[in-house]
Amino acid sequence: MATPHTGPTATTGAARAHARAQEGARADAMPYRPARTWPAPPPGVPAEDLTWAETVAGGGYTHKIIARGTSLRLADPVGDACAHVLLHDPDHPVERLNVADTVKVPWQAYVTTGHPLLSDQGRAMATVLEDTSNRHDALCGTSSLARNTERYGDGTAYGPAPAGRELLRLAAAKYGLTARDVPPSLSFFQGVRVAGDGTCDFTGSAGPGTHVTLRAERPLLVLIANVPHPLDPRPEYTCSTLEVLAWPGEPTRPGDELWESTPEVRRALTNTADHLAARGIQ
Amino acid sequence: MTHTAHASTPATSAGAAGAAGASDGAPASAAPAESRTTVPARAPWSAVVPAGYTLTIVDLGGNQAVDFLAYAAHDTARRYSAPDTVQGQGNVFLTTGSVLRDCEYQPLMTVTADTCGRHDTLGGACSKESNTLRYGHHTAHQHACVENFLLAAAEHGLGKADLVSNVNWFMNVPVEEDGTLGIVDGLSAPGLSLSLRAETDVLVLVSNCPQINNPCNGFDPTPVEMVVTAPGGGDR
Repeated sequence: MATPHTGPTATTGAARAHARAQEGARADAMPYRPARTWPAPPPGVPAEDLTWAETVAGGGYTHKIIARGTSLRLADPVGDACAHVLLHDPDHPVERLNVADTVKVPWQAYVTTGHPLLSDQGRAMATVLEDTSNRHDALCGTSSLARNTERYGDGTAYGPAPAGRELLRLAAAKYGLTARDVPPSLSFFQGVRVAGDGTCDFTGSAGPGTHVTLRAERPLLVLIANVPHPLDPRPEYTCSTLEVLAWPGEPTRPGDELWESTPEVRRALTNTADHLAARGIQ
Repeated sequence: MTHTAHASTPATSAGAAGAAGASDGAPASAAPAESRTTVPARAPWSAVVPAGYTLTIVDLGGNQAVDFLAYAAHDTARRYSAPDTVQGQGNVFLTTGSVLRDCEYQPLMTVTADTCGRHDTLGGACSKESNTLRYGHHTAHQHACVENFLLAAAEHGLGKADLVSNVNWFMNVPVEEDGTLGIVDGLSAPGLSLSLRAETDVLVLVSNCPQINNPCNGFDPTPVEMVVTAPGGGDR
C-alpha cells in the first residue's frame, strides 16, 4: 500500500484553499469576465459596453451567442492569427453560414468591408463593417486532422497542432451540434487570391495590428477556431493570439449606406428583417 | 444515429418524377456491368457507386449544370468538401485528375476523364431562398437545386444539415483579378462528359439544375445521362 501523501493539498480544506488561491492568475489566452475588465477597448467603445472580451491562443477556439446588432471585432495583434468562423442561428442551427452563397450572391470572392455573410436561407447573418486587413478567405476552409497530421505530425485537438475542424467540432458540440452541423467555414487574416487559371495563391497576413469588425444582423451562434490557414506554407505550425471583442449596437436599417449598397445586400437584409419581424424581433 | 446506405449494388433512384425508367429503380440481384439512367430536366437523382465503379455524367443537350454532392456511403457524416478539395489541388476548378475530398480530407472520387475541361467548386446550389437575393422575390417559387437535394437526401435518411457546398459539373464560374466571380455562359456542348471513379463506396446526390435566371443551363434546362460502370467495364 502506498504511503499516504501529505502535501499542501492533502485535505479537502487545504485543497479548496489551494484552488481558491489561484484566482487572479493571468494567462496569455483567456476570457475577461466581466468583459468590461478588458484593458484596452477600441476607440469610442466604453469598456462598460463590452459583452465579449477574450484572447484565443493559436490552436485555440471559442464560441458565444451574440445579440442582433452586436459589433464583433476580431483582431490580429501579432500578425499570425487566422480566425476560422462559423455562424449558426442559435435557435434553429440548421440555418447557418453558407460560404458558397456568401461569394456567389454578392458576385465577389474576396470578403471585405460591406460584404454580407449569408445563410443558406437567403438571409444576411452578418455584415462586414470594417476591415483593416483585407486578407481573408472564403474558398479554402479550415484544416483537417488528416492534413495536419500529414503536415505537422499531429492534428488532434489535444495535441501540439490542432486542426480547425477538430476545434470547430468541439465548439459545435457545446451546443449539441455534431460533425453534420459543421459546414465549410470562412477565415480571416490570412489571404488567398485566385489566378485566372484557378490556382489558389496564399497571400498570408497583412501584418500585425489589423482587425475586422462584423455586425450581427440577427442573433448569432458564433464558433471560432484560431489555427494556421490550410494553405500556409510554413513548415512549423504558426498561429498567434486572436483578440475577440464585442459590444451592442443597432443592426443595419433601411436608409443606411450599407443597406442600400447593392440590390443583393438590400434583399438579404430585407429577408433577415422580414424573418425576424415575423418572430417578433425588431 | 448513424445514417447508412446500402452499398452492394449501384442502385439508383430517379427522383420524384420517376421518368428515368422504372427498371433503374428496381433492386438489382447483382451489380450490373453498366447501368444507364437519363435524368429528366429539373429532376433529382441519387445512387450508391461502389468502390472502383465509375460514374460518367453526359451533358446530353449541352450547357446543363449538374449539381453534385457525394458522401462516404458507410459514414455519411463524411461528405464532399469543396474547401478540402480546393486545398488538395490548390485550384478552384475541377478537371481530369481532380480528387473530390471529404470534410476529413479523404478521397471520395477521382475525375478520370473530362471532355468539357473545367467545372465549378465555388457557386454552390441554387435555392428558392438565394434566388430571391440574386434575382428578386418573384423567383421565390421557382424550383431549385436545394429542393432536389432535399428530396434525394431524404431517400437516404439525410436532411438539410447534410447539404454543403457542392460541385457544379459543366458550370462556368470564372474569378476575375479583383475577386468578381459569377456564372457565365457555359463551356459545355452536347455529348460532353466527365467520369468519376469511386475511391470508396460513395452515395451521390444530383440535382439536374432547374435554374432559368442565369446562363448555367443556357436558360433551358435539359436532361443528362448517368452511366455507372463496373471496374473493367470500359469508361466511355
